[in-house]
Amino acid sequence: MKMSLGTIAFRSIKQRSLASGLTVLSMALGVMLVVAVLLIYGVVDHSFRSNSSLGYNMIVGAKGGKLQLVLNTVYHLSSPVENIPYSYYQEFLPQEKRGDGRYGKYSNFVKFAIPLCLGDYYEDYRVVATTPEMFDDFMYDLDYERKYEFAEGRNFKLRSKEHGFFEGVLGATVARKLGLKPGDTVAPSCGAVEGKIHAPFTIVGVLKPTGTPNDRAIFVNIEGFFLLDGHAKPIETEDAYEIEGEGGREDTVPTALTVEDDVSVEPSQESASTQDKAQVQSEERIHPHDRTEPLPIEQREVTAVLVRTASPFVVPGLKNNINEGVEAQAVMPIEEITGLFDTIVRQIQIVQLVTFSLICVVSGVSILVSIYNSMSERRREIAVMRALGADRGTVMLIVLVESILLALGGGLLGWTAGHLLVGAASPWIEANTGVSIGIFDFAPSEVLLIPSLIILAVLVGFLPARSAYKTDVGDALSSSP
Amino acid sequence: MLRLSNIKKSFVEPGGTKIGILDVPRFEMAKGEQMVLIGPSGCGKTTLLHVIAGIRRPDSGSVEVAGLDITQLPEAGCDRFRADNIGYVFQTFNLLPAFTALENVVLGMRFGRKNRDPSRARQLLDRVGLAYRMDHKPGTMSVGEQQRVALARALANLPRLLLADEPTANVDPANKNSIVNLLTETCREEEITLLVVTHDMVVSERFQRIDRLEEINLAATTAASVEHHALSASMASSVEGISE
Repeated sequence: MKMSLGTIAFRSIKQRSLASGLTVLSMALGVMLVVAVLLIYGVVDHSFRSNSSLGYNMIVGAKGGKLQLVLNTVYHLSSPVENIPYSYYQEFLPQEKRGDGRYGKYSNFVKFAIPLCLGDYYEDYRVVATTPEMFDDFMYDLDYERKYEFAEGRNFKLRSKEHGFFEGVLGATVARKLGLKPGDTVAPSCGAVEGKIHAPFTIVGVLKPTGTPNDRAIFVNIEGFFLLDGHAKPIETEDAYEIEGEGGREDTVPTALTVEDDVSVEPSQESASTQDKAQVQSEERIHPHDRTEPLPIEQREVTAVLVRTASPFVVPGLKNNINEGVEAQAVMPIEEITGLFDTIVRQIQIVQLVTFSLICVVSGVSILVSIYNSMSERRREIAVMRALGADRGTVMLIVLVESILLALGGGLLGWTAGHLLVGAASPWIEANTGVSIGIFDFAPSEVLLIPSLIILAVLVGFLPARSAYKTDVGDALSSSP
Repeated sequence: MLRLSNIKKSFVEPGGTKIGILDVPRFEMAKGEQMVLIGPSGCGKTTLLHVIAGIRRPDSGSVEVAGLDITQLPEAGCDRFRADNIGYVFQTFNLLPAFTALENVVLGMRFGRKNRDPSRARQLLDRVGLAYRMDHKPGTMSVGEQQRVALARALANLPRLLLADEPTANVDPANKNSIVNLLTETCREEEITLLVVTHDMVVSERFQRIDRLEEINLAATTAASVEHHALSASMASSVEGISE
């Protein structure tokens, strides 16, 4: 049997089990909060900053607030932004996707470009209009080569026999929260939660959870979206969109959109170029589901284009080129997110960390009080150990070890509780922020927790340890037990 | 084995008065010798043992144990010397309540430099008749059992000198003989020098060498009168408190 200083200290803790237990609990609560903050912010930080996890590295949208564009596009937050002409989006498309025999101006510099139309809602969730390639080819997490998968049903089609242009799929959270399933219909409201109700889309699939904000969105076919009332851009005579002197209306050859069932979706070039304004308005009164032709390109707009560049080296040039024009801006989502994180979120994190660290310090002081209060009743025990040959340094060390054990005990308990807390709150966090946090996720700064606790324990243990050091053995032994 | 020369020790009262407690010109014990020092309460018995053990420093004089003047050692050195060479049995046992009987004995070996075999703790408890109580904590043991554990702890490090301060003061007459027998027999077998201080004449009769503290401590009368005076003052204030 060995009698280490740790054993002696532990016995002393056990002897005062109630006081020690409360002290450990107090420390555990403080550490739990610190761990929770570290963990949540650690994962959020990683999630926000991970460049490849977005699957794209550039967002092209209307001139205006960069952060607003990013919040809208990536997180489905903030108020809606302005649109850019569809033909501008076509400049990112290769020849075979444009259908006009031309190469898009920027097509050589991009790997893919996916259009998004935003602004409509269903219940509290954003409706995002896009193309099926969003869920066919797009990897939302390049690190792990993760593509979207369907928990139920299938991807929507540009045009299907059953539902025409009006199909959509649901993010996992939306499906769970609203209890929707394939076969149900979703009628978006225009521009706001309480806006005018549009024609419905039929849900044909439910996505598996991805841990991204897209779990909280409803995705609909962009072709159907274009046909909804009020979504067509009014045509003014002779004002067709021109791309920086490259030909204007004559160049906007419709995209050939070939879909399943060999139903060709070809937006009519002629319709826009020849119909007058009155005729267009007349068409808008037709129910969207009754429309057999897609919206002409001239009447189309997109809110944003998600772009993955062919190489990181082309990013500065492409960005500058786009930003120098008047139609659109290119933003690097990670830059904006990092900026947002550092200017706002990081500051909140620091305030919270300081607050919770203070709780830990207060808990540390409770260790001090607990041990220090016990020193008067332990004076005789310390004197006995001194009489048995323990020197002053040894009894001081025993008290410091006791302080460290209390702090580490509380720390371990708090660390476990912090992870359990985050694990328990994980579904709520994921549902409300789109950030997925697991019980076994770890923040890098957690490794500093143990050294910090030991330093804190030594600091708060110093006073009682000094008291033990200074105990007068003769007086303590001569006093009444 | 033990030699005290010109030991003086005094305490300063709260009022600033210096009270002499010990004034021992000379005191010696041979190796393996067993003796008892008797004297009334308050004559400085415990203080003398504390000085011999190095727990208290004398104001002047020397304390030689096994040829080494421990008053010349630094405090930590004195602590180590005590751990290795001096066993101490307290009047009130002073067992640590959080530890079992066995752990209390092992604790006696913890602070010395000698690498003692931990199995000696079991052997000692067996020897004092407590093999069946090894895993019991002091709070669950009788007074006699506790004092036997304290004895085993004092012997754990195989000391050269064993100091026993009123070792039978708190035990019943039946256990008194048993404790004294254990002390004397164990010290004889292990050639340990034994110094017992007591005011119990029954205990003192068991030793061949009996010294009266008043005879070797010239300050004994002062110390006793100081204690008597303090006790009287305390009682008087208690009586006043009651009458009020």
